[in-house]
Amino acid sequence: MNLGTRKLLDRSFTALGVGSIVIMGMMLLVVLMPILSNGITANVFRGTIEHRKLLYNEFRRGDHAELQRQIAESDAARRKAYAMMAAFEAEMKLMSEEKHAGYQEKYDQVKSAMKALLGPVPGEELPELTRFKYGQTRWSKAEERLHELLYEKQWDYSNPDVEAKEYDVSRAASFQGTSLVKLFPYVESNIDRMLLPEWTVYWGFITDSSIDSHMFGGIWPEIQGTIFLAVGAMLFAFPLGVIAAVYFTEYAREGFFNSLLRSANSTLAGVPSIVFGLFGLAFFINTLKVSESKSVLAGSLTLAIMILPTIIRSAEEAILSVPKTYREASLSLGSSKWNTIVTVILPAALPGILTGGVISLGRAAGETAPIIFTAAVSVGSAIGLADVFSSPTPALSWNIYNLASEHEAASEIRHVQYGMVLALVTIVLMLNLSAIILRARISKKLKG
Amino acid sequence: MQLSAEAIETPKTAQTAVRDIYLPPERKKISGGGVPHLSAKNFSIYYGEFEAVKKVNADILSKYVTAIIGPSGCGKSTFLRSINRMNDLITSCHTTGALLFDGEDVYGKFTDEVLLRKKIGMVFQKPNPFPKSIFDNIAYGPRLHGVKDRKTLDGIVETSLRKAALWDEVCDRLDKNALGLSGGQQQRLCVARTLAVEPEILLLDEPTSALDPKATAKIEDLIQELRGSYTIMIVTHNMQQASRVSDFTMFFYEGVLVEHAPTAQLFTKPKDRMTEDYITGRFS
Ligand SMILES: Nc1ncnc2c1ncn2[C@@H]1O[C@H](COP(=O)(O)OP(=O)(O)O)[C@@H](O)[C@H]1O
Ligand SMILES: [Mg+2]
Repeated sequence: MNLGTRKLLDRSFTALGVGSIVIMGMMLLVVLMPILSNGITANVFRGTIEHRKLLYNEFRRGDHAELQRQIAESDAARRKAYAMMAAFEAEMKLMSEEKHAGYQEKYDQVKSAMKALLGPVPGEELPELTRFKYGQTRWSKAEERLHELLYEKQWDYSNPDVEAKEYDVSRAASFQGTSLVKLFPYVESNIDRMLLPEWTVYWGFITDSSIDSHMFGGIWPEIQGTIFLAVGAMLFAFPLGVIAAVYFTEYAREGFFNSLLRSANSTLAGVPSIVFGLFGLAFFINTLKVSESKSVLAGSLTLAIMILPTIIRSAEEAILSVPKTYREASLSLGSSKWNTIVTVILPAALPGILTGGVISLGRAAGETAPIIFTAAVSVGSAIGLADVFSSPTPALSWNIYNLASEHEAASEIRHVQYGMVLALVTIVLMLNLSAIILRARISKKLKG
Repeated sequence: MQLSAEAIETPKTAQTAVRDIYLPPERKKISGGGVPHLSAKNFSIYYGEFEAVKKVNADILSKYVTAIIGPSGCGKSTFLRSINRMNDLITSCHTTGALLFDGEDVYGKFTDEVLLRKKIGMVFQKPNPFPKSIFDNIAYGPRLHGVKDRKTLDGIVETSLRKAALWDEVCDRLDKNALGLSGGQQQRLCVARTLAVEPEILLLDEPTSALDPKATAKIEDLIQELRGSYTIMIVTHNMQQASRVSDFTMFFYEGVLVEHAPTAQLFTKPKDRMTEDYITGRFS
């Protein structure tokens, strides 16, 4: 091969390599950017006076005097709207039976749209559920509700061959000639004053418990549950895995039994996680009865079984990659085999072992299937350390799925789902980052 | 081969007589030395079926330096590593015959190989310090054997490093990682580390083959220093080195101990044709 072709080949390989790295980076960006931009809306958004009321009432957070001033200001703006509604109600009473009935339904729609936007009408009995006690807490949602107040959604069935189209009909038009017609332009132009939107940074999203099944509040119980489960799994799997790896590499004799164990280990690493979930339920809860029903303990044990093969394998590789000369040096100084393993081999293998451990920790934090039957509940409060033996816990992975698919108001709380996704991705990324840093630091110490 | 072994196995007075003839004056007579420290009796070493060392009969005299020479693959390392049972790491490796250390069988049923290795230290071909500080490297052995007191350890580290002629070079950076030292320094560190457990026998397997000439000279000087305090066995394929540092030389060929004699004699008046061919460089 002449020099020209060789150089050309070299260059095209370089280009190929750089190209694939760029593509990978871009794909990562495509995945991470929406997670980041959507997830951040859970913490940073335009919050309304309703949000500030909620924070004060539920968590006693915020400046009371300033809040009172703002409530007075927004009430002043709202009062006029409520006065218009009261005037129309009075007007309806004077109407003929027939006319009254014609307006009643439409007026009820307006009333509930107002409630959705601003919360219960003053003087009315407070509803049970927290979600109905407040108006819209987020400005973006408030704008949607405002649209629903101003326009009625209708469906166009004129063409039977295509799917019906929806279109908006102004509600003001249907109240033409009554006193209520003034309400719509008034609310539209004064909604700012009624809700007083402000840019809000709500870090409580990370540290608060949820209120009314994630309609408000934060995701601390989920974050804590995730940490408990992952760390718990690690407490079981890490020592066990390292000991097993030491056995495989240092003590096991080649033979049928040993190769059986090894292939069992490899097979376990490839088993789908849902199988571990069912196994955990059947074995830890039903057979061993480690807890009465779902508990952090049972979930941790299940996750531990799931990540054990990975830990064993990475630890084995790390131990095998320790130079033979270290072992020889130690043994030649009159060290026993066990002592050599503990004082020389394991420290030298530590970076590799830890890396495998932390990657498994990330996996334990992210898995859903193993905890569905063993540990996870959709809504729950943060549990104390003493409760891990008996209490189930919410966890990010499970709750992301649950909120997206099973929550009765899933579309209302997309920001919570995204916030959870961001929190989970951040936890896993931080774990991996810490693994890299830890590894680098230990390697540097070993290399001198 | 039987012949040369007999020469060594002759009674102590006769031994001294032989040495008086062939050893240069400064190498003469070491007090308390000269008794068989190790004796191989029909000692064979196998890798599976393959007999790598064949029926060796030899006495290694205490406090003297014995060099092992021979062409590559002739079993020098195998023999050396069998002395402190480093071959135990190779599962296929086993021995027949006997190897006695102070009259006790190294491969006996009740021999504690860990205790044995404490008494028979080893330095390897490639310097292999632990990825720890210089201090911790030296202190590794003593700590292992129960020395906890920091002052005692300090003392051991200093004496060991001084014995290995490394103290002056590293005394101000004992807490630095040993892997930061040069190759020659690392090898002397390994010697110091071995000396720190106070062995009786020091086994060196081509300790200078990975080093430059200057570092090699330092190691050779070191062996001269240690001569008389320890029984030293050094494998080398450098015949000048063997003749410079050793009192006795063993020549192996294809697993057979061909000749074992005082170094000066072996290099000037070899009894065996094969030895002669080898030391004159007719094959290697
Ligand atoms: N671990 C082993 N397994 C099998 N054969 C080995 C092993 N180590 C060495 N040998 C064989 O034993 C013979 C002697 O090897 P060795 O003692 O290393 O020679 P030397 O050190 O003299 O160069 C060689 O033929 C070599 O191939
Ligand atoms: Mg060798």
